[in-house]
Amino acid sequence: MAKKGLTLKIGELHSDIASLRNVNISIGAVTGERWGEPMGPTPFPSLTTLRSWDHILLDRYKPFYLPFCDLCCLCTFGKCDLTGNKRGACGIDMAAQQSRIVLLASSIGAATHIAHARDLVGHVIGEFGRSHPIDVGGNAIEVEAPHTRLVCGIKPETLGDLEEILEYCENQVTQLLAVTHTGQEGSCLDFESKVLHAGMIDHVGMEIADIAQISAYAMPKADPESPLVDLGMGTVDIRKPVILVIGHAVPPAAGIIDYMRDNDLESKIELTGICCTALDMTRYSSQAKIIGPISWQLRYIRSGVPDLIVIDEQCIRCDTLVEAAKIQAPVIATSEKNCCSLPDRTADPAEEIVSDLVSGRIPGALILDTQKVGEVAVRTVSEVAKKRRKFKNLPSVDEIVRMAKKCTQCAQCRRACPNDLPILYAVKAAASGNLRGLDEIYDDCVGCGRCESACTQKIPLHSIIVAAADRMTKEESYCIRSGRGAIQDVEIRKVGGPIVLGEIPGVVAFVGCANYPKGSREVAEMCMEFAKRRYIVCTSGCAAMSAGMYRDENGKTAYELYPGSFEAGGIVNVGSCVSNAHISGAAIKIASIFARRPLRGNYEEIADYVHNRVGAVGVAWGAMSQKAAAIASGFWRLGIPVVVGPHGSKYRRMLLGRSDRTEDWYVHDARTGEDVYGGPVPEHLFFAAETKEEAMVMVAKLAMRPNDTTKGRAIKLSNYIDLHRRLIGNMPPDISLFVRKTADIPVTMKDEVERHLADAGWTEKEIPDPTLLERMIRKSKEA
Amino acid sequence: MPLTESWQTAEIPGPKKASLIIKPEIADAMIRRAKRPIMIVGHGAIEYEIEGNKLIDCIIELAKKANIPVVVTASTSREFQGRGFKTAGLMPAMDIGNRLKDPAWMGLDGKGNYDLAIFVGLPYYMEWTILSGLKHFAPQVKTMTLDCVYQPNASWSFPNSTIKDWAANFRGIIEHFGESP
Ligand code: SF4
Ligand code: SF4
Ligand code: SF4
Repeated sequence: MAKKGLTLKIGELHSDIASLRNVNISIGAVTGERWGEPMGPTPFPSLTTLRSWDHILLDRYKPFYLPFCDLCCLCTFGKCDLTGNKRGACGIDMAAQQSRIVLLASSIGAATHIAHARDLVGHVIGEFGRSHPIDVGGNAIEVEAPHTRLVCGIKPETLGDLEEILEYCENQVTQLLAVTHTGQEGSCLDFESKVLHAGMIDHVGMEIADIAQISAYAMPKADPESPLVDLGMGTVDIRKPVILVIGHAVPPAAGIIDYMRDNDLESKIELTGICCTALDMTRYSSQAKIIGPISWQLRYIRSGVPDLIVIDEQCIRCDTLVEAAKIQAPVIATSEKNCCSLPDRTADPAEEIVSDLVSGRIPGALILDTQKVGEVAVRTVSEVAKKRRKFKNLPSVDEIVRMAKKCTQCAQCRRACPNDLPILYAVKAAASGNLRGLDEIYDDCVGCGRCESACTQKIPLHSIIVAAADRMTKEESYCIRSGRGAIQDVEIRKVGGPIVLGEIPGVVAFVGCANYPKGSREVAEMCMEFAKRRYIVCTSGCAAMSAGMYRDENGKTAYELYPGSFEAGGIVNVGSCVSNAHISGAAIKIASIFARRPLRGNYEEIADYVHNRVGAVGVAWGAMSQKAAAIASGFWRLGIPVVVGPHGSKYRRMLLGRSDRTEDWYVHDARTGEDVYGGPVPEHLFFAAETKEEAMVMVAKLAMRPNDTTKGRAIKLSNYIDLHRRLIGNMPPDISLFVRKTADIPVTMKDEVERHLADAGWTEKEIPDPTLLERMIRKSKEA
Repeated sequence: MPLTESWQTAEIPGPKKASLIIKPEIADAMIRRAKRPIMIVGHGAIEYEIEGNKLIDCIIELAKKANIPVVVTASTSREFQGRGFKTAGLMPAMDIGNRLKDPAWMGLDGKGNYDLAIFVGLPYYMEWTILSGLKHFAPQVKTMTLDCVYQPNASWSFPNSTIKDWAANFRGIIEHFGESP
C-alpha cells in the first residue's frame, strides 16, 4: 500500500505540472526559511503562557454551565451540595466545579492520546530505531508537524525527535491534572483557560502518535486516493476464521497482519475491527475490514461471527471478556492499560498459549509483545473457529416471542435507554410475533446494553433487538476511504485563498464517537449535504465510519460519490482519532503556508488568524468520550467552533456567544487600528444542537468569519439561508447580523433579503482586516 | 414508580428537585402569577400526541389562552407557521437557555427578561441539562415543564405520567386556565 500511495502522489504531481513547478520552488524556499525561522514568542508554553489569549476567547464565548450533578464528591470533606450559590467545604462554587470536571475530562483525554503516542513511539523506535526518518507525505509535505512546530517550536525529523515533544506533553498533562486537586484554582475562567491548554497539548500528542505510525507503518502518506476498504458486518466472509480487534492502538493488529502476510494467510482469515484500531489497520492493509463504530461491539460479538477477540486500548467495553465467553471466543489483551484480569503470558512460548486458548483452559491471555500477539492470534483463530462453528448469543424468533411474553411493561428498559427508545412497546408487539418494532429500534440503538441490565424480567433485550434486525446486519455492506493522514501542502496552497476569502463556504469536520441521538445515518446525510454544497468535508474516527454507512438512491456511499482530496466537494477521511490533528493542522497550515504567518512557537498569532479567517467548524455528532472533550478543546483554542449532538449537552457547559450583544463583536482593524464591529462570527465556540437540522444550519452559520470578502460572504449566506429555508422553513431571523455590505447579499435571494434588512433597520458596515490581538495592528501595517 | 423519580433512571441531580404539578390548578396558578412567562418548545412537540391531538396543538391552545409568547427551536418552526401561529422567536434551546440566565437580557421584545420559562418537547436529557443550568445560575427565573415525565431540575414538573393522565392534566390546564382563584 505504501508503494501505491507514493506512485499516486507522483501521478498527481505529473498531472498538474504547473503547480508542481511552483510548489517545488516555494517548498525549497520554505524549507530554508522555516528551518531558519526565528523562534516565536511562546515555545513550549506553560499553563499560563497563553492565558491572555484564552481570556480574549472566553470573554466573547462565555461558559453556560449545565451541571450534571448538584454535588461534588471529590474529597472526604464531601459530598458537598453546591446547588445555586452554595460553596463546598473547600470554598469552591458550582461554576468552578463544573469547569474543574471539564478540565478533568480534557486532561484524561489528552493523557490518553499522549500515553498512546508514547507507547507507539516507543514501539516503533524499538522496531525501526530512533533515527528512522519522519515521513508523512514525501515531497508533498514540507510542514510535517504543524502543531509541534507551532506549540513547541521544534521541527522533528526522526522518530527519536518525537520523544522530547512527548516529554513536554506529559509534563503539561501532569500539571493540568494537579490543577484539579482540592484547593487549587477557584475561578471557573482559570479552569477554562487550562481546559484550552489541555486541548492544545492533546493535538500535539495526537499529531505525534499519527506521525509515528504513518512514518513507521507505511500507511497512506497524505494520499487523496487512499484505497476504498470494506465496511460493515455484511462484508465479512463468515466461512473463514474471523479475528475481531477492538481499540485504538494499531501495533497488535499490525503484528497479526505481518504474521498473516509472512505465512500467506491473508486470504484465509478475516481480520475485522471496531473503533480506531479498525481504521488504522486498514491504513496498513486494505484487506482488513471495518465492522463499524464503537457502538457495534455488543451486536457484533453476540452475532457469533468473531472467533477470537483482540483488544488493545480505549473505548473497549469493560465486559468484553464476559461477552466473549458467551460466544466461546477467547480474548487476547495487548495493552498494559487494559489487562482485563487476564494472566500475563508474554514470556510463554506461543505454542503453549495457543494450546491453552484453544482448549479453553484460559478464557484469554495478556500478551504484551505484538509479534507474539500476531502469531498466537492467527494460530488460535484457525483452531477455535473449527470448534465453535460461529456459536452465537442471539435468540431465534421463537425464543424472542417466548421471552417477550415475560415482559411486565414496567418501562425500566426505556428509562435506562439513553435515547429513550420505546423498547417496551416493541417487546409487547414481539410477544405476539411482530418483530418490526424491535427491528426499528436497531437503527437508533447505540449498543450500550443498559436496557438489558435494567430489565426486571432478565430479558436479553439488546440481543433480541439485534436478532430481530438480523436481515439488517447481513445487509450492512459499505465502503470507506482508508485514512489518508495529513493534508498536502499543495492542497493547502490551492484552497487557502478561497477558504480565507470565503469562496469555499467552509471546512466541516465530522469527528468523534458514535453516541448519536438517532443513529449513524444522520452523519452520512450531513456529510453528503455539505460535500454537495462544495464545502470541504473531513472525517475521522467513528464518524468517518458512520459517514460511509449509508447508500444514496443510486446505491453509492459518500466515499464513492466524493473525492478524497482536500478541495471543495471532497470528503477527506484523515484516519483515526489521533488523525484529528491533521484537520486542525490543516487550519494551521493555511495560516503558515498560504498566508505565510510565522509558525514557530507563535500560537496566539496563528490562532488569531485561524479564528478570524479560516471558516472551519467541527461536528462531533456523537461525542461521548473524554478524548472527544480534549479534541474539541484543542479546536477551541485555535478559535474553531465545535457543534455536538444533544448528548453533548452533558459535557457540562457550552461556550456561547451572544449575537444580541453588539459590544461583544468588535475586532481590531489591523490596517487602521480602529475597533470595528465584525459581526457575531463565529457565533459560538461550543454548541449542542437539538436536531440534525439545527446542527446543519448552525454549521453553515458558524463557518462565517469577519474576514470573508463580499463574494465569500454571499456564498456562505446563500448556504445558510438555503439550509434554513429548507430545514427550518423560513428565512433566518438573524440574517441582518451577517450582511455587512449590499454586495454580501446573494444575488438570487436579493429581494427577500433586502426586505428583511429593511425591516431590521439594517445599515452597511465596514469590513475590517480582523484581529483580536492588539499587537497585530502594528505588524499588519508594516506588512 | 415514585412520583419524583427522574424519568431516565440515572439522571439524578441532587438535593433540590422540582415540585410536582399534581393537578392543573398548580400550573395555572404559577402561570398566572408570572409577570413575564415564556414557553420554549422543542421538536418533541411535533412527535408526541396527547390522545389523538398533536402536542403542538395543545401548546398553541394554551399559549393563546394564557397569552404566553412561544420560542420555537429548529425543526418545530415550520409546524407552527403551518398552523398560522405567530411565534415570538426562533432560537436554539441552548441560546434561549443562555439568554434566560442573564438578568440583563431584555427579552425577545426588548421589555426585559422573563420570570417563568415553560419547557416542553426537548430531548429529555437536553432539557434536563438546560434546566440544571437555570436552576443553578438563574435564580431570577422559575422553570416549569409540561412534558409527561418528571424533570427534577425544573421548579415545577409533572410526575412521570401515563399519556392518559398527562392528557387530563394538560387539558385541565388549558380548559380551566384562569378559572381557579
Ligand atoms: S473538593 Fe471541595 S466541593 Fe468537592 S467534596 Fe471536597 S470540599 Fe467538597
Ligand atoms: S442497547 Fe440500545 S435500546 Fe438498549 S438501552 Fe442502549 S441504546 Fe437503548
Ligand atoms: S424492563 Fe423488561 S419487563 Fe420491563 S418493560 Fe422492559 S422488557 Fe418489559
